[in-house]
Amino acid sequence: MSNSLHDLDEADLFLVTGSNTTEAHPIIGMQIWQAVRHKNKKLIVIDPRKIELTKYAAMHLRQRPGTDVAVYNGLARVIIEEGLADLDFIRDRTEGFEEAKEIIMTYTPEVVEKISGIPKEQLIEAARMYGKAERASIYWAMGSTQHINGVHGVHSIVNLAMLTGNIGKPGTGVNPLRGQNNVQGACDMGCLPNQFPGYKPVNVPENVERVEKVWGVKVPTKPGLTLTDMVNSMGTEGGIKGLYIMGENPMMSDPDLNHAKEAFESLEFLVVQDIFLTETAELAHVVLPATSFAEKEGTFTNTERRIQRVRKAVNPPGDAWEDTKIICSLSKEMGYPMEYPSASKVMDELASVTPIYECVSYEYLDKGVAVHWPCNSCSIDRTSCGTLIMGTPVLHEGKFTRGAGKFLAFEFQPPTEWPDDEYPLILTTGRNLWHWHGGSQTRKVSSLNERSPEPYMELNAADAKKMGIKNSEEVKVTSKRGGITLKAVISDRPTPGVVFIPWHYKEAAANILTINALDPQAKIPEYKVCAVRVEKTGGGQKEPNPYSHYPG
Amino acid sequence: MGKFNIKINGREMEAEEGNTILDVAKANGIYIPTLCHHPQLSVQGACRICMVEVKGLPKPVTSCTTPIAKDMDIQTDTPVVIKQRETVLELLLSDHPLECPTCDAGGQCKLQDLTHDYKIKGNRFEGEKRKVPVEEVNPFIRRDYQRCIQCSRCIRVCDEVRGIGAIQYAKRGFYQKVSTCADKVLDCIFCGSCVQQCPVGALTEKPSKFKYRPWETKQVETTCGYCGVGCSLTLHTKNNEIVKVTSRDDTLNKGHLCVKGRYGYEFVKSDKRLTTPLIRKDGKLTPASWKEALSYTAKRFKEIKEKHGPDSLGGFSSAKCTNEENYLFQKFVRVNFETNNLDHCARL
Repeated sequence: MSNSLHDLDEADLFLVTGSNTTEAHPIIGMQIWQAVRHKNKKLIVIDPRKIELTKYAAMHLRQRPGTDVAVYNGLARVIIEEGLADLDFIRDRTEGFEEAKEIIMTYTPEVVEKISGIPKEQLIEAARMYGKAERASIYWAMGSTQHINGVHGVHSIVNLAMLTGNIGKPGTGVNPLRGQNNVQGACDMGCLPNQFPGYKPVNVPENVERVEKVWGVKVPTKPGLTLTDMVNSMGTEGGIKGLYIMGENPMMSDPDLNHAKEAFESLEFLVVQDIFLTETAELAHVVLPATSFAEKEGTFTNTERRIQRVRKAVNPPGDAWEDTKIICSLSKEMGYPMEYPSASKVMDELASVTPIYECVSYEYLDKGVAVHWPCNSCSIDRTSCGTLIMGTPVLHEGKFTRGAGKFLAFEFQPPTEWPDDEYPLILTTGRNLWHWHGGSQTRKVSSLNERSPEPYMELNAADAKKMGIKNSEEVKVTSKRGGITLKAVISDRPTPGVVFIPWHYKEAAANILTINALDPQAKIPEYKVCAVRVEKTGGGQKEPNPYSHYPG
Repeated sequence: MGKFNIKINGREMEAEEGNTILDVAKANGIYIPTLCHHPQLSVQGACRICMVEVKGLPKPVTSCTTPIAKDMDIQTDTPVVIKQRETVLELLLSDHPLECPTCDAGGQCKLQDLTHDYKIKGNRFEGEKRKVPVEEVNPFIRRDYQRCIQCSRCIRVCDEVRGIGAIQYAKRGFYQKVSTCADKVLDCIFCGSCVQQCPVGALTEKPSKFKYRPWETKQVETTCGYCGVGCSLTLHTKNNEIVKVTSRDDTLNKGHLCVKGRYGYEFVKSDKRLTTPLIRKDGKLTPASWKEALSYTAKRFKEIKEKHGPDSLGGFSSAKCTNEENYLFQKFVRVNFETNNLDHCARL
């Protein structure tokens, strides 16, 4: 997030797109709802599904899945056309506007309506609302990024913020909601194929020198492969042969699982370090028992770049070891001893090679200071609510990190698979409130399992009627890659022609269906659009869930 | 907003317009008991326990609802207000089952504490008590409204803070109770904010029932391991087991959690946890010692690197693990594998 939760409610308008916030980030969803209800702030939701937030939204634009870039371009065009752009901001702080404008101006409301299905009047009204807001912030998540043009989508969102000068001050900004507890931190720490800690490219001599000085050895300077590319390389000439996985379960989270399974099975050697024998660990040659979040000391970095302490509450079971101890012991066996007396000493070392963490230390974290990176000064401020703050809660104040903010506009690009006669529906996947990712944790919690015991697919009532499918009836969903059987929940949340399946349930893993198509730049899979067919199995109606507040 | 001087218990202090007597007392470290009040919720004035006397006013007033005004001279503990508080407590207790030994809130119950503080013995109002069946048809929250003191904090937090409005008062007078629409089963997001608000044992956590007494637990402040919001959690543990999760009001999430943050901890002690290293022998994963597992792993990685080169190796780290673990993991891969084939599930 460019901004933080401290200034969330200073926005006059929230534009939420591709984020089912109340289910996937419930506390931020709650805060947005509070701002709308108690402070009369406006909310625009752009999402194909009628998610909970749409109940409170001033406007809900329901685009056809996969057409986001056209919609964002369309909004930008109306803002420019109607004189709502902040020309001073564009002149003083940005570059590339004229080039971007050429593409943007071709997305007339009529063109966007044709591509996305959003009525042109709605697009115009939403653009006016966003363009006129004094302070507007944009929130998005994987709904916008898990497409083959996910990067284009993000650039198009950023264009909207720069066009209206909504960046670099409280209550504005471009705010991607990070999915996992420490996905931000894992990126910050350089668990990326092209960057050392602190987003420092691996092929820049200065960056190489920084880590080599602290680590005392030579490091590789050629960028490596991304996760999805590594999986695709397995079993091929010159591909990955040996893999070390810590705390990840790609056999639930990868697209096109049948293909992924073949890839992992082709490995000469697979080591999985985890707390459960996950679907991936079952394929491993060595499994190393590790610790859960409650059994160790450390830090997580949240979606607002805030570094927070994780503390040990219970001992790990049996002979499970802390992950740091496992890594260090294995490193010693490999011939490079690593030793740290405590997690805080690891933080001290990582702060010395991660410029954005320069002044981060347990001393401040344990005092309850809200530390947001980049943190290059130890001075502490106090917010109006009395919170102590260190670092940078709002990015790009006065100046963008890269200097001038760059406008980059892109043409809409259709998804890899559109529905056809054989596979007439669009499948979009995501999370629900009750479970987490591949379910290796939450499916082992009896109360959550009692609330949401089995896989399901949300199906629009009109489609259900056409196919003669009753609520809770068992159906088979098939894509070109495989099929799963689960129950249909009839709901007005998906639009006609679209079905939604949460991917938490291994009995009917949604990723058996999804397509292994990647954004060429980000290498993110296109989880949000693929074509499927739905058929009755004749298995009859299952017990409907007695709860209604959210499906599942 | 104007600032002016006032007096509480004879002490001069500055107060700011727009606050209540209770706000000013609290800000100055003066204790006034409350039951229905919470700073995040609208003011209710329902419990009448926070009565104070203001010079010049004929009767005591509720400090949580009365705006502070210039030159107010307030007394928080006069015999009159103490008598009133005793009466309020006696009235509450006259309809409250005294099952404290088996109540989860025993030891952290505000009614229990106040009864003790005001030395309540016997009860002038003994008589018929309401009979309300316990409702626990859902997996998370036990609702025992016989213990309810009708402070309405659960109703207000659900409606005003969480935006759900799953509960409301039903019936009136003696028969008034907190209820769902048409008294159906509780159907909500199960965030548990109502349980955390309940000052007594009317709302308790089903998964925690009979697991602990409050004074037996240790509390550890940590950060939630589910989504990227990073809510602060307080883990309550007993005998090396998490028995309950709460959150403090002075955190980024202001004490509020989602169903997974509050109730999703059972996996930690699951009997499916891995407890020993495993090595695949004759196609089967077989228990092994750490020494064996580590030396075998190192040997195999070295062999593959030797045979196919560094770029035939790779590592997936984890967005669930800590910064420190991720830092060490990438260092391990870059130094030992000598490749940048390194990634995690940020894209998934």
